[in-house]
Amino acid sequence: MRRALILLALAPLLMAQAKPVLVPDISARSVEIRYSFTGAQLLLFGAILYPGGRIPTDKADIVVVLKGPVEPIIVREKQKIAGIWMNADSNRFRSAPSFYAVASSRPVRELVDERTAAIYELGLQDLQLSPGGGALPEKERRFEAGLLDLRRRSGLYAEHPNGVEISEGVLYRARITIPSQVPVGTYTTETFLIDDGKVIAAATRDVQIGKAGFERTVALAARQHGFLYGLAAVLMSLSLGWSAAMLFRRRV
Amino acid sequence: MDIYLPIAGQSVNALLIVALGGLVGMLSGMFGVGGGFLTTPLLIFYGIPPTVAVASATTQITGASVSGVYAHWRRGGVDLKMGGVMVAGGAVGSLVGAFLFRLLQASGQIDLVIGFLYVLLLGGIGGLMLKDALVGIGVVQAPLAPAKRPHHNRWIASLPLRWRFYASGLYVSPLAPLALGFGAGILTVLLGVGGGFILVPAMIYLLGMAARVVIGTSLIMILAVSAVTTMIHAMTTGAVDIVLAFLLLIGGVIGAQYGAILATRIKPDLLRLALAVIILLVALRMAIGLAWRPDEIYSIEYL
Repeated sequence: MRRALILLALAPLLMAQAKPVLVPDISARSVEIRYSFTGAQLLLFGAILYPGGRIPTDKADIVVVLKGPVEPIIVREKQKIAGIWMNADSNRFRSAPSFYAVASSRPVRELVDERTAAIYELGLQDLQLSPGGGALPEKERRFEAGLLDLRRRSGLYAEHPNGVEISEGVLYRARITIPSQVPVGTYTTETFLIDDGKVIAAATRDVQIGKAGFERTVALAARQHGFLYGLAAVLMSLSLGWSAAMLFRRRV
Repeated sequence: MDIYLPIAGQSVNALLIVALGGLVGMLSGMFGVGGGFLTTPLLIFYGIPPTVAVASATTQITGASVSGVYAHWRRGGVDLKMGGVMVAGGAVGSLVGAFLFRLLQASGQIDLVIGFLYVLLLGGIGGLMLKDALVGIGVVQAPLAPAKRPHHNRWIASLPLRWRFYASGLYVSPLAPLALGFGAGILTVLLGVGGGFILVPAMIYLLGMAARVVIGTSLIMILAVSAVTTMIHAMTTGAVDIVLAFLLLIGGVIGAQYGAILATRIKPDLLRLALAVIILLVALRMAIGLAWRPDEIYSIEYL
């Protein structure tokens, strides 16, 4: 309600511009991973403010991208050698997003040409993974396909070609699910307003995904105080074993 | 009931993990083995990252061997001097194992080596045990003139610097148990197994230790080495998931007690036959995993 009032107050300012403006928001600015975390659903929504408040007759389209922190990875490929499947080949990718989901009001290919899609990274095929090592393009493509397929099946990469709903030409919303095994970090949402094959407005917002409470303490302790963490694990293990032995000695 | 594992970074069904721990604990209570050789592969089949599975199974082994050590200690079935020598070897072995682990991880062949070692060790030991058990039950005729086993292995008897191990009834060089502990230490880090299924036959057949102290001494060695290995994993790979280990232990320590009770009611030969079959099944599953086309051709390693 309050947000809507602020929007209303700002409206004359925003409408003074010649180009439409996007006002995006997310259902949660931060996602906390606790013991019962089995994944989460984010609602990415917002409004399109057209200059003068006039909604054009040919309605523009919206593409929403949620991207996790970029990380360098090695993708390994198994091959059958002497009857045994083993890792035989590998390829490096210096900037693979740990999570990537794109939702659009129409399939991205119908909205923009390949060049624009590549510039804004609007689809899985258009991700800039920066393969390294000077491998043959054919090999790079094979590994890229393997990586995309693997992450798509684990829910870390997703495309929702009709995942954005636009109501009355001004309000849009998209639902994006994140699985439980997402890495933590700062995620960005990018919203693009696309008309006639061109991006006419864009806006970004950040989402923090982090472990909280006990989970955060454990993960931090494991990373920063390895010795004490190990000691705690050993002591826990010993005391549990000991108490079980004592408990059952009386009963048996 | 889903629970999020902070180190593995995924949520698992807590009841399933507890049940898995209970099942393995029951087997370990029945057969007197640590059960690591079952926990680690089962966790990997469930989808836990192999490094986390190996490290957390190691933590579980420590707890699982406590009650066994306690029972044998009260009975006087522990040779402390022998155990000390083996633990020393085991500690060095686990350090070397951690180094090997890093090396193999960097080259991308850790999964292959783990699979291969499992098939080799479990297949070999399981085969020997199966033969033994079948002879014991009387399904297979024992060889007509069983060769008399020498009390000491000749090669081991020739090692220098002999010590007296009174409780074991031995006068051998400490180098032999040291090497045995060393090997078990490496296996503990690489495979997440306690190594009991290797230590016990080796202590009986290679060292010729008195049977009375074999199990107790091997258990105390496993307890110490798995504790050291947990520390090493915690400080190098950082892959010990304390929540996962806790869930496994809850089931494990309770299962172990029931297993121990159950073991007194079943004929020892049948017990050994059952263990041999289980070991061979795990080895077979591992072998199939190596030869069959895997579900995932591609795997991702984080830098």
